[in-house]
Amino acid sequence: MTDARERLLQVRNLQLHYRTRRGTARAVDGVDLDVGRNEALVVLGESGSGKSSLAKALMRLLPRNVARYSGQVMLGGDELMGMDDERFRSGVQWNRIAMVMQAAMNALNPVVRVGEQVAEPLRVHRGWSKAAAMERVVETFAIVGVSRDFVTRYPFELSGGMRQRVVLAMALITEPELVILDEPTSALDVLTQASIMNVLKRIKREQGTSFILITHDVATSSELADRVALMYAGQVVEQSDARDFFHHPAHPYSKLLMDSVPRLHQSEPPGYIPGEPPDLIDPPAGCRFADRCPSRFGRCSEDPPAFELNGERRVRCWLHEEGTDHDG
Amino acid sequence: MTAEEPLLQATNLHTWFELRQWGFLRVGSVRAVDGVDFELGRGESVAFVGESGCGKSSLARTLLGLHNPSHGDVIFEGQHLSELKGEARRQYLARVGYVQQDPFGALPPFMDVRRLLSEPLIIHGVKDRDERERRICQALQEVRLTQVDEILPKFPHMLSGGQQQRVVIARALLLEPAMLIADEPVSMLDASVRVEILNLLRRIQTERGLTLAFITHDLSTVRHYADRIFVMYAGRVVEQAPVEQLLDNPQHPYTRALLAAIADVDADNALDERDVPDGEPPSLLHPPEGCRFHPRCPQAMAGLCDRQDPPLFEPEAGHYSACWLQDPERD
Ligand SMILES: Nc1ncnc2c1ncn2[C@@H]1O[C@H](COP(=O)(O)OP(=O)(O)OP(=O)(O)O)[C@@H](O)[C@H]1O
Ligand SMILES: Nc1ncnc2c1ncn2[C@@H]1O[C@H](COP(=O)(O)OP(=O)(O)OP(=O)(O)O)[C@@H](O)[C@H]1O
Ligand code: SF4
Ligand SMILES: [Mg+2]
Ligand SMILES: [Mg+2]
Repeated sequence: MTDARERLLQVRNLQLHYRTRRGTARAVDGVDLDVGRNEALVVLGESGSGKSSLAKALMRLLPRNVARYSGQVMLGGDELMGMDDERFRSGVQWNRIAMVMQAAMNALNPVVRVGEQVAEPLRVHRGWSKAAAMERVVETFAIVGVSRDFVTRYPFELSGGMRQRVVLAMALITEPELVILDEPTSALDVLTQASIMNVLKRIKREQGTSFILITHDVATSSELADRVALMYAGQVVEQSDARDFFHHPAHPYSKLLMDSVPRLHQSEPPGYIPGEPPDLIDPPAGCRFADRCPSRFGRCSEDPPAFELNGERRVRCWLHEEGTDHDG
Repeated sequence: MTAEEPLLQATNLHTWFELRQWGFLRVGSVRAVDGVDFELGRGESVAFVGESGCGKSSLARTLLGLHNPSHGDVIFEGQHLSELKGEARRQYLARVGYVQQDPFGALPPFMDVRRLLSEPLIIHGVKDRDERERRICQALQEVRLTQVDEILPKFPHMLSGGQQQRVVIARALLLEPAMLIADEPVSMLDASVRVEILNLLRRIQTERGLTLAFITHDLSTVRHYADRIFVMYAGRVVEQAPVEQLLDNPQHPYTRALLAAIADVDADNALDERDVPDGEPPSLLHPPEGCRFHPRCPQAMAGLCDRQDPPLFEPEAGHYSACWLQDPERD
């Protein structure tokens, strides 16, 4: 985060563990994050690394089998984790933090007109009249690029791209400070993806909204990111300015990930990362990436903390322990 | 391509689906594949690229003989698919391996790997148990599932996405096909696994001298895995060229739009909006007259593009584009 930017969200040591038949799954296991105002933080990570769990932990949309939910979350100076459920629901959830859930565009109610669905947060959480809410729906549709005629349509009458814009409108309608987008484009075509990313860029520029964008796709992440947090097995292993992350990744996993990104005009084929991430039930004691890491050394059998580097960069890897000089 | 006979030819291929309301009232036809011509050489790797719904899977299934073409035909090793019946048709399916879209739906959940790999061999008359076992092991080795004894008793849900896809590929290879059709073989997988699976397909294709046709919506990966690219739009092939020519010198405005929408990863990508043509692909029930891309095309020429269907022009040798801009007679 650049120093000039005011901090909006600060997350420290966030934990969300699930009870399962096989044991406790540590889906979010000690995550620190920072998001500035009008900043976009991208949470990158492969499937199962805990991205959606992190989003749900921030939104407090928890399943019933939670084994542990703890840590600190500060939103613009307010501590959220200590807040009771009722206050959180009336004051924060969908009001100050809104979210587009993974695959939300397929979860629209098929028998309710989309305009009414988008108006719902205003009607339910804020008690707005129907007329006032619908007026705001039309305004929000304009922002996301949906024509007002669509207000009275049903979800099945809309293309995937249009439905994605509608669920985005639903998240924006309360003018939240922070919008969390969980894989908003991954089911869409290249051109539709690009136009949704254009919409997000415009909203960020014109409305000053802050974003947490969750994706597994590095190319998509580069379309919005000011900063990047890379997750691996429930932990954030690197958190850097986008420029540093894309052009000089620090964590060995970040480096391999960047090498695996296909480039249109590059003559060598992309690389890949052999092996698979560890089980979140009983993850290995040391660095969770160790058994896939080409730079692993003795120290890696201990759990590395996040080391702070220049430029508000945090890297969870022993190579970056202060005083060690392994960079290369 | 060489002068030798192509392995497969599609000639004026059309696959239309009749759309009926309440199960009987004919409403019209979905023109999923609507006039496609091409030849695939032996040992060649080609990619079909296009947006969702443009007819890629329908084309793949038509090449496999799973849909009967409404017009035109598929000619494989000189034989017309429409003339193959019964046993001959079954033999054809053994010559063409199929990796279907959605690897998670591709494997029956109630069969372990041994059983689901035995099945196609049994169906195709490999009666000897040891022979089956030998071929299964060989196929698993080939897809780099080397811990064969560990894999064989597993059920699909016990495998990672990448392992499942390897099993699907192994199954497609069992009958020693001359051609492999892979429909979006990596789109459901994580980025770190995608490259591994694509490398695997490419290696098998070169080692076996197979013809590989794979379908993708991701142009950024094709350079390393395909020799030729076919770009599809609304049931048609709008551009076809060797991969370098297509990526470095795209001709059709639709291909150009696709390439403009993806940029190599760079922190500056977040700063600028991309040029994206307005609108969405047309309905295949009532495709627009003239060029199917004209309602979205930034270069459409009124009076021409909205009236007349552009044929495939050949702006450079081996590079075809169905766009009036490439008409050599245009003044
Ligand atoms: N309610 C739950 N109970 C038990 N385990 C869960 C639950 N929800 C998620 N998990 C597990 O927690 C881990 C993290 O899941 P999560 O959905 O957060 O990952 P993700 O990074 O969003 O993955 P994807 O990219 O596939 O969406 C996975 O191993 C998942 O199986
Ligand atoms: N069996 C069928 N009956 C009727 N319509 C069909 C059938 N199969 C496909 N279609 C229609 O044909 C069109 C092309 O579908 P197809 O699945 O071939 O597209 P695709 O390019 O593979 O798309 P995707 O990228 O989403 O897989 C779509 O409009 C689809 O709804
Ligand atoms: S034929 Fe005309 S409308 Fe079609 S792509 Fe070419 S210029 Fe555009
Ligand atoms: Mg998720
Ligand atoms: Mg398909």
